[in-house]
Amino acid sequence: MTNDNLTELVARIVAEVTAKEAPCASSACVSEGEVPDLSAVDFKTVLDVPNAADPEEYLRMKARTEARLGVWRAGPRYRTKTELRFRADHAAAMDAVFTDVPEELLGRMGLFTVTSKCASKDEYLTRPDLGRQLDDETIKMLRDKCTMKPQVQVFVSDGLSSTAVAANLVDILPAIMQGLKMHQVQAGTPFFLKYGRVGAMDAVTEALQAEVTVVLLGERPGLASGESLSAYMTYGGYVGIPEANRTVVSNIHRGGTNPAEAGAHIADLAALMLKQKASGLDLKL
Amino acid sequence: MKLKTRLNGKTFEFRDIKDVLAKANEPKSADRFQGIAAGTVTERVAAKVVLSELTVGDLTENPTIPYEQDEVTRVNIDGLNKRAYEAKKSMTLGELREWILDYNTTSDDLQRASRAFTGEVVAGVAKLMSAMDLVYGARKIHNVTRCNTTIGIPGTLSYRCQTNSSTDDPEGILVGVMEGVSYGSGDACIGINPVEDNVESTRRIADAIYGFMDKFSIPTQCVVLSHMTTQMKAVEQGAPLHMIFQSIAGTQTANENFGVNRKLVEEAYQLALSYALGAGPNLLYFETGQGSEVSIGADHGVDEMTLEARTYGFGRYFRPFMVNNVSGFIGPETLYDGKEMIRANLEDHFMGKLIGLPMGMAPCYTNHTSIDQEDQEMATMLLNMAGANYYMGVPVGDDVMLSYQDTSFHDDVALRELSGRLPAPEFHRWMIKMGLMDEKGRLTSRAGDGSIFMK
Repeated sequence: MTNDNLTELVARIVAEVTAKEAPCASSACVSEGEVPDLSAVDFKTVLDVPNAADPEEYLRMKARTEARLGVWRAGPRYRTKTELRFRADHAAAMDAVFTDVPEELLGRMGLFTVTSKCASKDEYLTRPDLGRQLDDETIKMLRDKCTMKPQVQVFVSDGLSSTAVAANLVDILPAIMQGLKMHQVQAGTPFFLKYGRVGAMDAVTEALQAEVTVVLLGERPGLASGESLSAYMTYGGYVGIPEANRTVVSNIHRGGTNPAEAGAHIADLAALMLKQKASGLDLKL
Repeated sequence: MKLKTRLNGKTFEFRDIKDVLAKANEPKSADRFQGIAAGTVTERVAAKVVLSELTVGDLTENPTIPYEQDEVTRVNIDGLNKRAYEAKKSMTLGELREWILDYNTTSDDLQRASRAFTGEVVAGVAKLMSAMDLVYGARKIHNVTRCNTTIGIPGTLSYRCQTNSSTDDPEGILVGVMEGVSYGSGDACIGINPVEDNVESTRRIADAIYGFMDKFSIPTQCVVLSHMTTQMKAVEQGAPLHMIFQSIAGTQTANENFGVNRKLVEEAYQLALSYALGAGPNLLYFETGQGSEVSIGADHGVDEMTLEARTYGFGRYFRPFMVNNVSGFIGPETLYDGKEMIRANLEDHFMGKLIGLPMGMAPCYTNHTSIDQEDQEMATMLLNMAGANYYMGVPVGDDVMLSYQDTSFHDDVALRELSGRLPAPEFHRWMIKMGLMDEKGRLTSRAGDGSIFMK
């Protein structure tokens, strides 16, 4: 090593040491840009196993499931990004359950709000019975504000995912209404039921004396999606109707059944129910 | 039999044994939902005091649902060994608790006594036990069962490899199984919950798994968790199933809702003897969990913990290979938070072990509850200390078909290391042969790469 080289090396080391020791004055050390969005990674296409025996075949088979596979390990535990992605997806699922449908959205869709017998989200989660019931005041309000005895009554409920309602409502509700119009069916006044379980639709049917009742309700979220909405439909519903008499259109979201298409399908089903005077297992498709 | 006591300056009188059992419970949301929980903390303790003075005989002869009315009660009582019962009959539950914990009571003593107890008795004594009592008591009991592999041997810990698919896609299921077994998950069974409950789907999934097991000579059991009647048809038609699965519950009404009864389970066992691939003698797999009866309104006003114990008394009769507890699967209306879920899991594991069952645990949570991954991992580590026979292995704990979270392949490895236990002996030998694990149970660098089975 020459003297010049040595001088250069010493200079560099000194510079590095001083840089490290320099006080990091607030924003001065913050770099531009952002940490990449972990939730945007499509993990179906990623294999993190080092020197995998057959990565091509593994990725081909892995594409056939949403399961979190090929994630490798740190000792026996998850790698940091596996752990954080899991936590991020769980956070989205919990937020879908524990937040409310935005008032602004309901206003924009022209829906007024009534509430089941549950007074809070906590009561809603621990008392499924109350989520199926309406008190007298609510029934009176529905009767005042809605068209009585509609052929088809459509309403929306948060169920277990406000995210599902927020993600699909704008597309699905107009599609149903337009479809019903095309079938020349008289539709009732849509509204929003807060803290509602599926069975609340039977109380609604009785209150408004609807022939067919349709509730659009957020499903219990999985880690893969909190956006899944379902439609439950009855003909001649009543409190205590067997579950087998409900027709269900499930898995409505962008990655499943497209909400606009689902809306048209629901309107067709409603028209069929009116024609056959039946729903659920009794409905011939 | 006394149902009245005075405690902290107040008198407490209980209606019947059912009332004592309910009020003696640690807090649970299902009890509150049913309106049967203790109203005050002192009332809860008063119920425990009254319960501690009731005898094994009192609880056996006064079941929470009468013998004449309920098949689960009948199977619980018909499953007793008369001499074992007579020997324990006059013991109070307070004395029974101390007998279980006593240094002089050996593992063999506990195992011989298991058929002295009905569900009500094991639930009663568990209600007098603290969390550490439940762990300590259960740890003394080893219920070993055998199908193709042997599970529950002291020093071993096994897993069900559970790689469900949201579309029943055989390749999607299989790629998960390959990864799972490379981590050492799957010695209790490779068990898949199908979306479609029919013979074709059951058979298609079983064929895929069995083909893989056969190709690599993997010593384990293949099971598809469709309804018992579906599996019976499938196995009769030649589906390669090693044992038959069914969810069971603690009342006849709930079992009717599940489409199951004593006669059907007996038929299934006979059919498994004739057609299934398992060596046996244990050829059935049951799933249970606190709250199932309450959630379908089939509880008869009995608390969920007692109903769970009655479920075990029903299951014991059929000598299952594995019993899988999934308390936490239903939601916050039955187990409200992490504390309730952890307590329920410790209770279930203890009660099942005491009554003689090969208990596997699935401490789990859904997404509409405050229970989270932290609670789940704490429950699992405590159960590991208590000595559960097996857990599940789900890719990163995320079941993409059932939409809940359970233990993962990674948890499976860590739990064995934390408790110094090995896979079932047959499976361990296979892992060594495949170069996935060493003699001491440490994974090799190949473990975690499912694609080694694709070459």
